[in-house]
Amino acid sequence: MSTQALMRPSVPGVKLRMEHVGMVFERDGKSVSVLEDINLDARDGEFICLVGPSGCGKSTLLNVMGGFLSPTSGSLTIDDEVVHGPDPRRILVFQERGVFPWLTVEGNIGFGLSKLSDVERHQRIAHYVQMVRLQGFEQTYPSDLSGGMQQRLQVARALAVNPDILYLDEPFGSLDSVTRFIMRAELLRIWQTERRTIIFVTHDIDEAVQLADRVVVLSSRPAKIQDILTIDIAHPRNLSSARYLEHRDDLLKKIGLAYAV
Amino acid sequence: MLKLFLQVRPIAFIVVLLVTWQVAVNRHPGQLLPGPLQVIRGIGDLLQHGLLLKYVVASMFRVTWGFLLAAAIAIPLGLTIGWYRRAEMAFNPLVQIFRPISPLAWIPIAILWFGVGDLAAIFLIFVACFFSLLLTAMSAVHNIPAVYINVGRNFGLSTSDFVYRVLYPAVAPQLITGLRITLGIAWLVVVAAEMIAVSSGLGFLIVDARNAGNRYDLVVAGMVIIGIIGLLLDLGMRSLERVKSFRWGYSEN
Repeated sequence: MSTQALMRPSVPGVKLRMEHVGMVFERDGKSVSVLEDINLDARDGEFICLVGPSGCGKSTLLNVMGGFLSPTSGSLTIDDEVVHGPDPRRILVFQERGVFPWLTVEGNIGFGLSKLSDVERHQRIAHYVQMVRLQGFEQTYPSDLSGGMQQRLQVARALAVNPDILYLDEPFGSLDSVTRFIMRAELLRIWQTERRTIIFVTHDIDEAVQLADRVVVLSSRPAKIQDILTIDIAHPRNLSSARYLEHRDDLLKKIGLAYAV
Repeated sequence: MLKLFLQVRPIAFIVVLLVTWQVAVNRHPGQLLPGPLQVIRGIGDLLQHGLLLKYVVASMFRVTWGFLLAAAIAIPLGLTIGWYRRAEMAFNPLVQIFRPISPLAWIPIAILWFGVGDLAAIFLIFVACFFSLLLTAMSAVHNIPAVYINVGRNFGLSTSDFVYRVLYPAVAPQLITGLRITLGIAWLVVVAAEMIAVSSGLGFLIVDARNAGNRYDLVVAGMVIIGIIGLLLDLGMRSLERVKSFRWGYSEN
């Protein structure tokens, strides 16, 4: 009997699967439970937002998915393979300070491309410079870029290695509201052209409703999945349409519940 | 105009001090201090006898070797110790005991081990630089933001790539600051070492000028030259901090 037969049958189209994932940290001799019984399937090409009260463990969950932390219980598989650590096929975009300050825009985007030939690498860099609209800044160091440009640069560096999954940890959290709005539109545009699976952590309800196919609502610590909302509105979403507002109020209500827990 | 004034101001200030010094010496001629003109004449004497260049080269030679040897050993060692928490727990008490010992306290041991000569002086500079650089490297590793390390892991770098492309650039600005401060220390120590352990160099010049005929003009000339070279060394190291791929580590904005 082959091991294949022993394995749980894989569901077509499922990219990432978490079953009963739990995370317990040991701190000063005490066990602190951060994640409890997380069950979630992310389909290939799906845009999922994780929302929940601050400090609930959203980032921990993302770090588990990214392979930076091993769950203390349960299983995490991507393409039916158990995740053993970080992998260039899945890139995490950090909230801030994620770009390397010692590299130029070009150097940062090319960071994961050292295995390519010079010609290929330059083509790839040029492509993503254009995609995140940083033309003219190729030789600029991050300290001379605005916060929004730095985050675009980080997204470009991630996309440049052709990852299957993009994890974003409140990537626009430190930006002003106008810039955030533009960044969301850019991210959607990129997602629609490149079709990666995106897992996006945010505490901003509007952001979640505007972007996601599904919104996963987490409870306060230890984080459990409180609810999963499907937002079945085609992009670009009209942010003042009745259906949009309905989804938003619904999510608000559910988050309110989550906060109350 | 104002800009010119701002640039000239430090020089103007020095000139005023020199003039005051000369006037004071002229008014109270005595044994207190030679005047600036005497000192300049002293420097001229040293130049004439070919001693100035010889002594500067001798001092620089010792500093260069002691400093580079210390850097070559202490930096990789410090980075390694800093990276592994357990290694640091093991090494730290030892480092903390050695660190407060003045490098000058090592002079008898240096002479015991290496005799009177260049090696003893180089050893003293090495000791002075070693602990300073070791601590710099250890703390530089600690201060690497976790984000950079995680990004490096995420992109699947090999260990050598990780060291070369993440660890080294992340610590470089702090290392350069450490190297600059340490070079200053080395320059302090070489003068003291030369007063005792060798018979050449700027430190020797100062002791020798006093012992051989109370030539205080040469003593002060030696001090002035030490100061000027120290300043130039510091300026040289500072220029490294302006290199573009290091500059991020200095401007807090």
